[in-house]
Amino acid sequence: MTLASATRRPATRMPDTGGRRRPVDHGAWFLVLPALIPILVLSVGPLLYGIALAFTDAQSGRTAPTQWIGALNFQDLLHDTLFWDSFRIGLLWAVGVTVPQFLLALGLALLLDQDLRLRPLARALAIIPWAMPEVVVGIMWRLVYNPDAGILNETLRDLGLGEGHDWLSGLGTALPAVIVVGVWAGMPQTTVALLAGLQNTPRELHEAAAMDGAGAWRRFLTVTWPALRPIALAITALNFIWNFNSFALVYVLTNGGPGGRTRLPMLFAYEEAFRYGQFGYAAAMGCVMVAVISVLLAIRLAGRLKGDEDA
Amino acid sequence: MKTRKGARAGQYLALLAYLVFLAFPFLWLISTAFKPARELASLHPTWIPRSPTLANFRQAFGEQPLLHAALNSLLAALGAAVVAVLIATPMAYVMARHRTPLAKAATGWVVVSQAFPFVLVIIPLFLVLKNLRLIDSLLGLIMVYVVWALPFALWMLVGYVRAVPAELEEAAAVDGAGRTRTLLSVTAPLLAPGIVATALFAFISAWNEFFFALVLLKTPEKQTLPVVLTHFIGAEGVADLGPLAAAATLATLPSLVVFAIIQKRITGGMLAGAVKS
Repeated sequence: MTLASATRRPATRMPDTGGRRRPVDHGAWFLVLPALIPILVLSVGPLLYGIALAFTDAQSGRTAPTQWIGALNFQDLLHDTLFWDSFRIGLLWAVGVTVPQFLLALGLALLLDQDLRLRPLARALAIIPWAMPEVVVGIMWRLVYNPDAGILNETLRDLGLGEGHDWLSGLGTALPAVIVVGVWAGMPQTTVALLAGLQNTPRELHEAAAMDGAGAWRRFLTVTWPALRPIALAITALNFIWNFNSFALVYVLTNGGPGGRTRLPMLFAYEEAFRYGQFGYAAAMGCVMVAVISVLLAIRLAGRLKGDEDA
Repeated sequence: MKTRKGARAGQYLALLAYLVFLAFPFLWLISTAFKPARELASLHPTWIPRSPTLANFRQAFGEQPLLHAALNSLLAALGAAVVAVLIATPMAYVMARHRTPLAKAATGWVVVSQAFPFVLVIIPLFLVLKNLRLIDSLLGLIMVYVVWALPFALWMLVGYVRAVPAELEEAAAVDGAGRTRTLLSVTAPLLAPGIVATALFAFISAWNEFFFALVLLKTPEKQTLPVVLTHFIGAEGVADLGPLAAAATLATLPSLVVFAIIQKRITGGMLAGAVKS
């Protein structure tokens, strides 16, 4: 959710349930129900309903009753080259945003963990992209990328690096241009999560390693990274999912253009559902997206955990 | 620990590069918002407007749809924040204090919903709200925002409840206070700052939200600010850069102000979660 926004979203899992054991009492139900009913009706229910829709021929505004059609939607999807193009772009985008996001955020977090003078300013600035509505982030970067009135081309002209480009409409530049925006927008949250992790690494260990003559890089590898690893893993996995599911930013920047070069799967599914009214087919797309992402993450995380055991 | 001078300089240089990267788009937005149309049409834009003007803001304010949309956004965000906190606080209390299967399931839902695929939810949500006749209505949108804000709200509030010692409640019970009395006069006051922070967070997420609003609201008079802002961007790109920049700047202000207030608490909340893991 997007922070909006993200806005938005916690970086790590719930703290362990540390409450004490008490007998279940019926007052608890009374306290839980006001939240439980909306969750069931508007969250859990729709999710299951969505999975079921994927096996139907549901369309918007049709009078004939909806029918079960088995896996037909999925068979169609398998041969839908447009969808797989979009899927490929989605993966490119998700990896292209998540990896630099993590590296840049790690660098910034390490700097903010130091005793530097500009730190309060940097912290305040780092929060801005997090608080901004995604639509405004998109509009803002359109102004930056604007071929005539944009600052990017003007700077390039000043530096004598050519006449500049129409970044968001160029076939080759559109995807990299939106990826830069994605990195910018998502960096703060990752930075804050990593900074929290850094401030949690034992200072004494750092000092002991320094006494033993370990250089900065060695200290990072042997002391900081092992402590940071669980948080880094969690935030990267979440970032990947969030980025893959992202919508508003690219909708505002390019609306999937030029020629579908930035049409993320979310944009594709949105058009399929709400422009063409193919509810069942779009739901099937959603299912495939979730399934592929889960499998990818499972493989990746399993690989990481195995690496832990070997080490 | 001593750091060598060269390394220090390198660190400052790197930090400066980060500051520039983070700040320049925002500064450009503000700069554009104060430029007259004539200057925006010129081929050599400058950082500082040559003849700064408030005309863009005046024009943005003059647009009826924008003011109306801001009002809609405000209603949706306030409604979502209040309701989310009202229903999340009791549930968070149970999740923090009791180890029931329900509390565990709720924790599981909070985690899973972080990876919630919106595509898969929005179509059924659209159909459900349509059946409830809550499509194209702010009330329906508020309900969606509430549920959408719940995972983070619960996550934050459970942490705050844990920070209130259970012994305090037990002492109140020993003194003869009933359960409701204990919750209202002992626990609630101690939770108040956390509840306010959670409400403000729910406010920002709703104020900033775009996707649900785009799908669920069709009538122009009912749309929220982010949706209306996208109308300013025509098919041929931006027609009127100045007013667009002004409106975008204004749309950011509420989130920025609120975020500045709760920033410490949110990062603190994340820290608490991270430490526990």
